[in-house]
Amino acid sequence: MSDHKTMTLTLIVWRQKNANDPGKFETYTAKNITEHHSFLEMLDCVNEDLIHSGKDPIVFDHDCREGICGMCSQVINGAPHGGQDRTTVCQLHMRKFKDGDTIYIEPWRARAFPIIRDLIVDRSALDKIIQAGGYTSCHTGGVADGNAILIPKPVADEAMDAAECVGCGACVAGCPNGAAMLFTGAKVSQLALLPQGKAEAAERVMNMSNAMTECGFGNCTNHYECQAACPKGINVKFIARMNREFLKAQFA
Amino acid sequence: MILDGKCPTGPIQETWDKHRFDLKLVNPANKRKYNVIVVGTGLAGGAAAASLGELGYNVQAFCYQDSPRRAHSIAAQGGINAAKNYPNDGDSIYRLFYDTIKGGDFRAREADVWRLAQVSNNIIDQCVAQGVPFARDYAGYLDNRSFGGAQVSRTFFARGQTGQQLLLGAYSALSRQIKAGTVKMYDRREMLDLVVVDGVARGITVRNLVNGQLESYAADAVCLCTGGYVNVFYLSTNAMGCSVTANWKAHKKGAYFANPCYTQIHPTCIPQAGDYQSKLTLMSESLRNDGRVWVPKKKEDCGKHPNEIAEDDRDYYLERKYPSYGNLAPRDIASRAAKEQCDDGRGVGPGGRGVYLDFADSIKRLGEDTIRERYGNLFEMYEKITDENGYKRPMRMYPAPHYAMGGLWVDYNLMSNIPGLFVLGEANFSVHGANRLGASALMQGLADGYFVIPYTIGGYLATVKPGQVKADHAEFKKSVEDVTAEQNKYLSINGKKTVFEFMRELGGLMWENCGMARTKESLETNLKKIPALREEFWKNVKVTGSGAELNQQLENAGRTADFLEFSELLCRDALHRNESCGGHFRVEYQDAGEAQRDDVNYCYVGAWEYKGDNKEPELHKEPLKFDNVHLAVRSYK
Repeated sequence: MSDHKTMTLTLIVWRQKNANDPGKFETYTAKNITEHHSFLEMLDCVNEDLIHSGKDPIVFDHDCREGICGMCSQVINGAPHGGQDRTTVCQLHMRKFKDGDTIYIEPWRARAFPIIRDLIVDRSALDKIIQAGGYTSCHTGGVADGNAILIPKPVADEAMDAAECVGCGACVAGCPNGAAMLFTGAKVSQLALLPQGKAEAAERVMNMSNAMTECGFGNCTNHYECQAACPKGINVKFIARMNREFLKAQFA
Repeated sequence: MILDGKCPTGPIQETWDKHRFDLKLVNPANKRKYNVIVVGTGLAGGAAAASLGELGYNVQAFCYQDSPRRAHSIAAQGGINAAKNYPNDGDSIYRLFYDTIKGGDFRAREADVWRLAQVSNNIIDQCVAQGVPFARDYAGYLDNRSFGGAQVSRTFFARGQTGQQLLLGAYSALSRQIKAGTVKMYDRREMLDLVVVDGVARGITVRNLVNGQLESYAADAVCLCTGGYVNVFYLSTNAMGCSVTANWKAHKKGAYFANPCYTQIHPTCIPQAGDYQSKLTLMSESLRNDGRVWVPKKKEDCGKHPNEIAEDDRDYYLERKYPSYGNLAPRDIASRAAKEQCDDGRGVGPGGRGVYLDFADSIKRLGEDTIRERYGNLFEMYEKITDENGYKRPMRMYPAPHYAMGGLWVDYNLMSNIPGLFVLGEANFSVHGANRLGASALMQGLADGYFVIPYTIGGYLATVKPGQVKADHAEFKKSVEDVTAEQNKYLSINGKKTVFEFMRELGGLMWENCGMARTKESLETNLKKIPALREEFWKNVKVTGSGAELNQQLENAGRTADFLEFSELLCRDALHRNESCGGHFRVEYQDAGEAQRDDVNYCYVGAWEYKGDNKEPELHKEPLKFDNVHLAVRSYK
């Protein structure tokens, strides 16, 4: 849409060739950006210019570009996903910026997330937490009818509130301690709320908590930065629930 | 050659049960001797890897993303069908079977569709047991909504994130098996070749996307669960990484590609805003339960604010044309109707590429809170992208490529014509015919993964000796050399155009000449222009960096090169099919704007065999028989 005003922006972007490279900030200019560009489309434009001039484009994780896969992961001006309420980087649009703005772009920074290249980090630690117990141990086939165990709407709804987590890791990136309590708390709570998950609740919370520690995540000191950073608005009450589940498990 | 789908015969209600009994079994102690590769970890792949691991097979699973939880099944919004008949509104396995056959415009196999409808109920139970928080009513029972192409409410849902919740269910089952050691997970790996030894699928070559190394993996069977190919249109609702590459490489190694021209254009997507755009975003079909679709009756009203257009000056064209289904007309029909209105000059928004989806009546009837509860996340997403409030003014929608009904040819056991190569989910062609109904993609992915492959793969493995070929076999080395040569070529061209520029150009050709409406001329145009563009690509593409590092340009170059070959096959298939059916609309074959099928000449599956670079592929046919659902003109009026 050529009738739109365009913006020119200065980008200060973290570039790091590989895990062993110390990395540094580089400055780029983004030109001809409209308010309708998504943030990642703005980066696509910068990358096209870089490729044309024979330079390595900025690499970043992204896939669905509709806010659900959890792949995109950038700290923009100090805030994971750019700090817009309940919004992933891919859903952040350039109408939130002004012509002439300077934008800092960095990867997730946390001990448990080593940098792979530029803005891409290794988040396999989150998978390890789920592998430690983020499931019900049901078998394929041979389960009861879906309506055999009733789940009142408020319970199902609260479980769904927790289940919305996209596993992006913004909560870890936003936390001064690099804790994964919101991520883990959401899964522990979802399954502890539902009757199908109750049988293994005690074992689950113990195993998942241990996995968090083993993977190098920090502890929670109630900053609530995780909730502020979460693109799905997962509530810190699920951390409180995990703590209760953890305490209960001590006496189980 | 006439292909045989090896479907069981006899009364349709007994086919799957009888077939399951007839399949050979692998005894529990022998299962661990067999290696199975699963490529892709969406609903089909995640469910298959978890279920096969649990059965005791040694599974190696692969995905290109950083975690198996991110596959694009996650983006499905609206729901999943099952024939539970909980609402007591007349549903049954037979009706789901019937609706799916009819919805697919009589171009799917009856036996496969029956099986899908039969196992649909098990899927819901399975997901509930995994802790999928489906919507419930206050008494605690599972809730249902209606969906396009059906007159019963059989769709189960988890807010507007059903695909996400089902995928996380499969991912949790998969995680449990990874922990148990039955599944070895390889993430950030992209399959770049299928290894076939003496006509049998024996493994794959993958690129480690982190360090660029090519790796060989051998197995006794390979399952491709690699999704669809509508990114051939460049702009689609698919994720950026979705490609035809795994399927195309298998095709070049001998697997037949069936019905590539059956592509689904989804009627309700957010219209394109500019040329820089990288993807299109879908708004769930479930919105059509409460939203009414309209355009201005008068062209001069198109520029006005929609709320200023009087009721009498609005054309609710779906309700007008299809009174019994109204706004819930199937996708192919709703998309074509939208295009018709816009082509008539009554489209709204930038470039006249849009129709309104209006919630004002529902908000008046049910209140804004109810609408927010049902679709809140969709309204939010719409506002983020368009900066418009869907509660206050009608949303603008336009059709966009969304799903591939076509895919690799498989028999009733989901095995391709290459022994040992199985294809599951969107990657195969089997159940949706020429058009897929809403809420049935999730159903198919999980049916194939949880309840079909665990049986049928045993029937194959029981006939082969485990571990016959290892990854040090000469064919694996050759495969790695071939892939290396291809990558070196991309890196050495050093031309003037980026990979994106080529992909955008190809997508434009495909959308313009092989999109919602196709003609002999438009398809012949593409059959000239695509080879020319491909030739230019190999002379003028620019890929920076090296092969021995994380290199997203190189990844995209490979995907684009494959689309540049595959798109030609898609057009060729569309040109050969001189009829309109489902998502394949040939302008020459219509009856008052409705698709005109030709059951005398085209009631078959068209499966193409690769014959070599720049050689014409050979068409094989599998005739379709309809013993249970009467072949009839599909009407939603």
